[in-house]
Amino acid sequence: MFELIVRDRCTGCNRCVEVCPTNVLEPGPAGVPIGARVEHCQTCFMCELYCKEDAIYVGPDRDEREPVNEAEIVASGLLGQFRRDSGWDEWESDPSHENQIWQLGPYIQAGGKRSVERVQKRIAERERGVPLKEAASEQAK
Amino acid sequence: MAEDVTVRGPEPLQIETDVLIVGGGMAACWAGISAARAGAKVVLVDKGYVGTSGVTATAGPGHWWVSPDGNARKEAIDKRLALAHGLGDPGWMERIIDTTWRVLPTLAKYYRFNINDRGQTAYNALRGPEYLRALRHAAIDAGVTILDQSPALELLLHGDGSVAGVNGVRRQEHRAYAARAGGVILATGGAGFLGGLLGSSTNTGDGHLMAIEAGAELSGMEFSNEYSISPRWNSTRTLIYSWARYFDAEGNELDVLPTNYVLERALVDGPVYALLNECPEGLRKVLTQIQPMTLLPFVRKGITDVYEKPFEVKLFPEGTIRGTGGLRIAGERCETTIPGLFAAGDTATRELIAGATTGGGSPNSAWALTSGLLSGAGAAALAQSRGRRLNSKVRALGTVGLRPRGSVKAVDRRSVLKAAQDEILPLEKNVFRSGDKLRHSLRILESAWRELREHDRAIGTDAVSARETASVVATARLCYTAALTRDERRGMHQREDVPEQKTEQQRRLLIGGLDDVWTRPEASAQWSPSHV
Repeated sequence: MFELIVRDRCTGCNRCVEVCPTNVLEPGPAGVPIGARVEHCQTCFMCELYCKEDAIYVGPDRDEREPVNEAEIVASGLLGQFRRDSGWDEWESDPSHENQIWQLGPYIQAGGKRSVERVQKRIAERERGVPLKEAASEQAK
Repeated sequence: MAEDVTVRGPEPLQIETDVLIVGGGMAACWAGISAARAGAKVVLVDKGYVGTSGVTATAGPGHWWVSPDGNARKEAIDKRLALAHGLGDPGWMERIIDTTWRVLPTLAKYYRFNINDRGQTAYNALRGPEYLRALRHAAIDAGVTILDQSPALELLLHGDGSVAGVNGVRRQEHRAYAARAGGVILATGGAGFLGGLLGSSTNTGDGHLMAIEAGAELSGMEFSNEYSISPRWNSTRTLIYSWARYFDAEGNELDVLPTNYVLERALVDGPVYALLNECPEGLRKVLTQIQPMTLLPFVRKGITDVYEKPFEVKLFPEGTIRGTGGLRIAGERCETTIPGLFAAGDTATRELIAGATTGGGSPNSAWALTSGLLSGAGAAALAQSRGRRLNSKVRALGTVGLRPRGSVKAVDRRSVLKAAQDEILPLEKNVFRSGDKLRHSLRILESAWRELREHDRAIGTDAVSARETASVVATARLCYTAALTRDERRGMHQREDVPEQKTEQQRRLLIGGLDDVWTRPEASAQWSPSHV
């Protein structure tokens, strides 16, 4: 869930307020937006994606807040991770962050096929009476 | 004029347009583009922000993508028809494949499509945030006026029974609006019951509730029990789970196959853990470039050995998002059964293209695109022929949460919502269905409905959450009533108390009604349900 906005980085543009799909944030008295309705946060990281200053940190858990220390988060390198990984803005021409979504379908199909084969083999081996441990090590080969 | 009982504060903003679109995802944007290109003035009102709202914005949708060459389309359609369990429509399938094939490449001005390993442009797969950003730009360039953070609360109706517009609220300005239009399109998404699926917090079934208040027919609401796998603490994307192995708490590996319900059963019985050690090196290297969001919740939990160590997983409810139920489509331009009202995307039934099996992923995306385009053109044509009818007297249709039937009382919405969710979300009730369980759940849902219906009255922006809560309860009630009526097994709808699929129930099941929910098989002389 939404945790914090780093004051030193925030320019007060309120872009995050504008783009939050569940209206979690609102403009704050000191220019830095505040989490007015954090209970509505769906942990979608969209505010981070649209923050060019990399000032926002959203925690990983969608049900519970996990308060963090601002200095530690700044030092962690996690700020701006999603925007960079998405290849937005200044990362747009960086080939290491190039969008590869076309590989989604092929990898899902290959994984699905492989998983079905693995499970069917396990079932067949069990029916033949091969002990599970042996079957597992056989599969590992 | 519409009675303004829903919002207090500054004078309502008056909006007048040819076509009004409610919603802000894929279907809404394609509808806007289509209506604007047909020459209509278009206003789009979204609860959130067009670009981040809805389940596509946080995903990476593939589209049903079949070349017109040779026999490929016929084969693809035959395959889907088999999965549809007798409820699909090959004409609609053909239409969405063809439209998607022709139209999706036209987005190239706004979206940088990938080049695949064969050197071809990969038009079928798009990353969600970039796709919706592109659609927003395309819609604005086409002339669509977008009002973000502007949830619609209720429909407005002309005296002749056709839809005239909506009342809503600009929630960040705390200002009501009244929008009048010649044609209205509902593209508010599927009903996810606030169950935690990524991107679905906006998809509370608002359009479904507004539609049943107008007397619209829905179809296929029993097909509302898809779930998708994610780490327990966050619904992410599911690519890596196609490679996963699953274990119970004792470390026994589970024989999970696509439709054998082993995973669902195990999750009813206790915690389940996924192990991703089968994910190939190639995928690990490129995963973040495919789906940048997948690893984020692991990294931020401090989990660095995601491919080596099992972690707890959960099935997140998809409701009618990857289910197939929704507003009944009554015409080739995605008309609903209410004049002047159109439905697009997941708000509409997707039985036509997916029947009783999820159209999750690509058929649903092709449907969202096509139904958006068709409804946009249809609403534009209607507005051009009938005009905006601004002098006609209209009536506001909002009931629950806005105009209670009984005495106004403080309602504990949170506990009403939880009571409804406790019936509609759990696997043991919604996946492993039975007549007894459904009847029991429906009694609870009925009393949740009555509590809101009799007493809840919200004003100002508070009406948004009142209507969302009511929408969750209303859609859950429709889903379970349909599930009780269809006393057979078909596709995703599985009844523990009925062992088989019944030939006479190979019909779409229509449903509607506000206080008295009704069901009726579509154009059927054979099947007379008698169980509700």
